[in-house]
Amino acid sequence: MVNNSVTDLIRLSAAELAAKLRSGEATSVQAVQAHLDRIAEVDGTLNAFLHVNAEEALAVAAEVDAIRAAGGAEAEALHPLAGVPIAIKDLIVTKGQPTTAASKMLEGWMSPYDATVIEKIRAAKLPMLGKTNLDEFAMGSSTEHSAYGVTRNPWNTNRIPGGSGGGSAAAVAAFEAPLALGTDTGGSIRQPGAVTGTVGVKPTYGAVSRYGAIAMASSLDQIGPVSRTVLDSALLQELIGGHDPKDSTSLPNALEGLVAAAQEGASGDLKGLRVGVIKELQGEGYQEGVQARFNESLELLKSAGAEIVEVSCPNFKYALGAYYLIMPSEVSSNLAKFDGVRYGHRVLPEEGPVTIERVMAATRAAGFGDEVKRRIILGTYALSAGYYDAYYGSAQKVRTLIQRDFDAAFEQADVLISPTAPTVAFELGANDNDPLAMYLNDVATIPANLAGVPGITVPGGLSENLPVGIQFLAPAYEDARLYRAGAALETLLEKQWGHSLISQAPAIESASVAQEA
Amino acid sequence: MSAISREDLVHLAQLAHIEMSDAELDKMTGELGAIVNAIASVSEVASSDVPATSHPIPLTNVLREDVVGETLSIDEVLLNAPDSDSDRFKVPAILDGE
Repeated sequence: MVNNSVTDLIRLSAAELAAKLRSGEATSVQAVQAHLDRIAEVDGTLNAFLHVNAEEALAVAAEVDAIRAAGGAEAEALHPLAGVPIAIKDLIVTKGQPTTAASKMLEGWMSPYDATVIEKIRAAKLPMLGKTNLDEFAMGSSTEHSAYGVTRNPWNTNRIPGGSGGGSAAAVAAFEAPLALGTDTGGSIRQPGAVTGTVGVKPTYGAVSRYGAIAMASSLDQIGPVSRTVLDSALLQELIGGHDPKDSTSLPNALEGLVAAAQEGASGDLKGLRVGVIKELQGEGYQEGVQARFNESLELLKSAGAEIVEVSCPNFKYALGAYYLIMPSEVSSNLAKFDGVRYGHRVLPEEGPVTIERVMAATRAAGFGDEVKRRIILGTYALSAGYYDAYYGSAQKVRTLIQRDFDAAFEQADVLISPTAPTVAFELGANDNDPLAMYLNDVATIPANLAGVPGITVPGGLSENLPVGIQFLAPAYEDARLYRAGAALETLLEKQWGHSLISQAPAIESASVAQEA
Repeated sequence: MSAISREDLVHLAQLAHIEMSDAELDKMTGELGAIVNAIASVSEVASSDVPATSHPIPLTNVLREDVVGETLSIDEVLLNAPDSDSDRFKVPAILDGE
C-alpha cells in the first residue's frame, strides 16, 4: 500500500508528521519524497514552485534519518520539526538555490548568503523543498504579477491564490508542503491564506528577523509562517523568531509561549476572552457569503465563552490611502539598487550612446513589470519636492491615528476580529486593467502593518465553494493571543463540520489536462 | 492636490531611471491619476497637531560593538556581476560623449 502511505504523509500536519518521524513510523526521506512526488503530480497545473530543491532536501532528510537511527545525544538534541519539509517564498534569499523575487531583474541570481530565517531552518534541519512563486517583488494580491507565470488556486484553478504569497499558500493548500515561509507587507501572508483555506500569520513587526528578505517597504515588511493548522504556524514562528543583530529593527527579546497558547486554545474554551468586532471592517464592500461565515464564527466564539464587543476604528478608512503612499515611497527607495551595475539583469540601450545612466534606465525598463514600475513612479511622486508634506507626511500622520485607533480598541478587547479579505478568490485576470480594484483586497489586512501589530488568518468556511478567512489581530508583542484565539476557532469550526476545511478541497486535475504554460 | 500630468510622468520616470515608451506613458498617466485621487483623502485628517509615525515599534539607539565579522570574498561578490574586470565591477561610460 505504498500509495496510501504516501498520501497519508502529505496530508499530515507538520506536528503530526514530526511525531511520526520521532516515533520511527516514517522517515524524513519518505516524507520529502512524498512531497516531491506530489509537486511532480500537481505543480504543472498550479505553478506554486519556481524552483524545486530536490537533491538538497533529500540529503538533509537523509542526514536527519541517520542521526535518529544512531540515537544518543545528537538525536535527542534534534529540533522537534527536524526532517519536516518546508517551502520558501522566493523573496527570501537562499544559498545554493536561485532567488528571483519573481522578477526578470533577478533571473539566475544566486545569493551569496542566507537569510537569518534560512540559517535557523538549516540549523533545525528542515529540508527545503524549493522556492515559491509570488507577485514580482511581493507587489500584488493575486500572484498574477509574477514574471514566471501565474499560480493557480488549488480550490479552483481558474481563480487567483491571493498574493503576494500565492505560491506558498497554494503549495500548503495543495499538500505540496506542510509548512512554508511568507512575507507580509500589507496582507501578503494573510490574504492568500484566506483565499486558499490555510493558516497564515504576520507576527509583530520585528518579532522575526527580516535580514535576507528582499526589502519592499521596510517599515511594513514582516516574515511569517504559512501552514494548514494554527499549531503548525506557532511551531514555525517559534523556530524562526527572536532577536537578530543583523536586523536593527528586530525586537530585543524573543516572543514566547506561542505553541503553548495554540495548545491551550485547542481546548475550545475562551472564557473571559474579549473579542472586539471592528465596525469598519465589515458590511459594505464585503461579500454576503464572507459576511455570513464571519457572523457564524462570532456565534461560535460566543458559545465558547468569549465576550463579543463592538469596537470602532474610525481612521481605518484612511489606511488604504496611507498605505499606498508609504509603501510605494519605500519601494522607490528600496528598489533603486536594481540598476544593472553589481548584480542582476543588465540591458544596453537599443540606440544612442551607451552611458551608465541610459543603461540603468534600459535595464529597469526591461527588468521590472508594470506593477513594480507603477509603484516606483508613485513613490517617486509622493516623495518629490512640493508633494512630500501633502502625501508622505500626511500618510505618516494617518499612521499615528491608526495606532491610536488600535490602542483604544485594545482597551475594550483582548483581540480584534474581522474577515481577512472582503471577497473569496476572484477569477484570474478579473482585475487586469484596474489596479485600484486589486488594492482593495488588502483593506482589512493593511491596518496591522501600518501599526506593527500581529495578525492571523484561519479558515472560516466556504462561500461559492471557495474558502473564507477569519482574521484575528492582537496588540504588539501579544502574538500568543492570536494563537490561542485562532486555535480555539479552528477547533470549534472543525467540531461543527466534523472535518478540517482543507480536507474538503477538490482533487487537482493533472498537468496533462491543464493548458500548456 | 493635482493629478499627475503626462509631463510630470516623463520627469518622474527620469528620476526613477525607468525608460518608458509613449504607449506606457499614456497608460500610466491615467492609472496614476486615478490612484492619486483615491489616496489623496489622507490629507483630510492629517492635521498639524498629529505627530508623524515613521516606524511602528519604537526602538531607539540600536547599537552594537564595532567588531569585524565575516565578509564575502571578492569572488562571491563578483559572482553575480553583469560585467567585471580584475576584481572590480565594470560599467559603461559614466559621462556622455567621451
